[in-house]
Amino acid sequence: MGSLSIAGLAVALWQWSVPRSPHTLVPSPWQSLLAILELAQKGLLTKYVIASLFRVTWGYVAALLLAVPVGTTLGLWRRGEAAINPVFQILRPISPLAWIPIAILWFGVGDSSAIFLIFLASFLPLTLTTVNAVHNIEEVHVRAGENFGLTKNELVKSVILPAILPQLIVGMRITLGIAWLVVVAAEMIAVNSGLGFLIIDARNAGNRYDLVVAGMILIGVIGVILDLLMRQLEKLPGVRWGYASE
Amino acid sequence: MKVRIARVSMRFANMHVLEDIELGVPAGEFVCILGPSGCGKSTLLNIVAGFLKPSEGEVTIDGEAVAGPDPRRIFVFQERGVFPWLTVEGNIGFGLFRQSESEKRERIKHYVQLVGLTGFEKAYPRELSGGMKQRLEVARALAVNPDVLYLDEPFGALDSITRLQMRRELLRIWQAERKTILFVTHDIEESVQLADRVVVLSARPGRVRRIVNVDIPHPRDLSDPRYIALRDQIFAEIGLAHQI
Repeated sequence: MGSLSIAGLAVALWQWSVPRSPHTLVPSPWQSLLAILELAQKGLLTKYVIASLFRVTWGYVAALLLAVPVGTTLGLWRRGEAAINPVFQILRPISPLAWIPIAILWFGVGDSSAIFLIFLASFLPLTLTTVNAVHNIEEVHVRAGENFGLTKNELVKSVILPAILPQLIVGMRITLGIAWLVVVAAEMIAVNSGLGFLIIDARNAGNRYDLVVAGMILIGVIGVILDLLMRQLEKLPGVRWGYASE
Repeated sequence: MKVRIARVSMRFANMHVLEDIELGVPAGEFVCILGPSGCGKSTLLNIVAGFLKPSEGEVTIDGEAVAGPDPRRIFVFQERGVFPWLTVEGNIGFGLFRQSESEKRERIKHYVQLVGLTGFEKAYPRELSGGMKQRLEVARALAVNPDVLYLDEPFGALDSITRLQMRRELLRIWQAERKTILFVTHDIEESVQLADRVVVLSARPGRVRRIVNVDIPHPRDLSDPRYIALRDQIFAEIGLAHQI
């Protein structure tokens, strides 16, 4: 209740300040809401939302499918990790957005470029999360697994993966947040649809700032929904042990 | 001899942990390995279980050299060893992946009952007390029907009442299933309550100082003069005056 009234207050403050602002282009909350309705009527709302979600899903899922086996292998194989770690450390501070020119060079303007950028943004954090989680596995669990006669593959499936899952889920949630940030930026440059494109296009084609803010609101709301969905994973019975208190 | 430890020594870097350990354990015997903290008793158990290779000497079981861990001989850690992502049933069934579904169900049911966890089949370890987790780990070990159990200070983290109950449970299970048991502890009373023989190790580097036969039938009366005599003998052996 408290947070709802604060949100209400913020919207009221927004409404109050718009007519008093020297920037005549900034829309009021009401105008922004009307802009969202306009998008819905034109059929652009679902089209753009789906376009953005589609790119995030492909880039993110591809990164996850590659990062978990790579991270697990590196986590178990210290020498391999030591060898590749400097490369990771150099790549890590490079914003995924810095790759936009190269993405366009390789994949042209279109979905592939955006998906590639999401993949880049997600792969490294997911891999590093997995490596760390494998390092944190309790030695007794691995020994118990070996004691019961598991082969290496069975050990990965029955001990390593379930043991890293709680930490991996936290990493997945944070990384999905990053991916959602990156898709908007990628769409401003590399494609002609999606919420990022909506924002940049509304500004360029006629200073429609109501549509700009409408796009921003949609991005925020969808980001919150994605995060809530990921949080549901943390409630699975087989991972709750990994989160300190309930 | 079921388990034969022959001239085992262990060095880590420049630390000499175990020296020239000789011990034979016949099938079905309950042996406690007793020693002060840091004497290498846990290292010895890990060597016997195949998790560590000794610097010298070897361990044979049924005449066969130990080359690594083996499901015929299960190591019970402190209760930390249960898998927190599996339910009670899942943990007990963990080692039964080569059995048929019906066989697996049978055994899970049997061992849930044996260790008194009926009603908790679907519970996760975080919902269990320390004593229950420890019983769960013992059940998981017994379910694969090993010949030998290795227990490394299994009751160390439990409160003293639960610890006494767990000892009674373990003796009951041992008498029912007749496993060979190697039990590491630093608790003198515990060793005299449980073992057929107590192997007393010296401080590091650990050597066998003495082997004490505990010739008292179960159930043991803790005020029996024989019990007290043996206990005090070990206290003296370790160099502790039996006074506070």
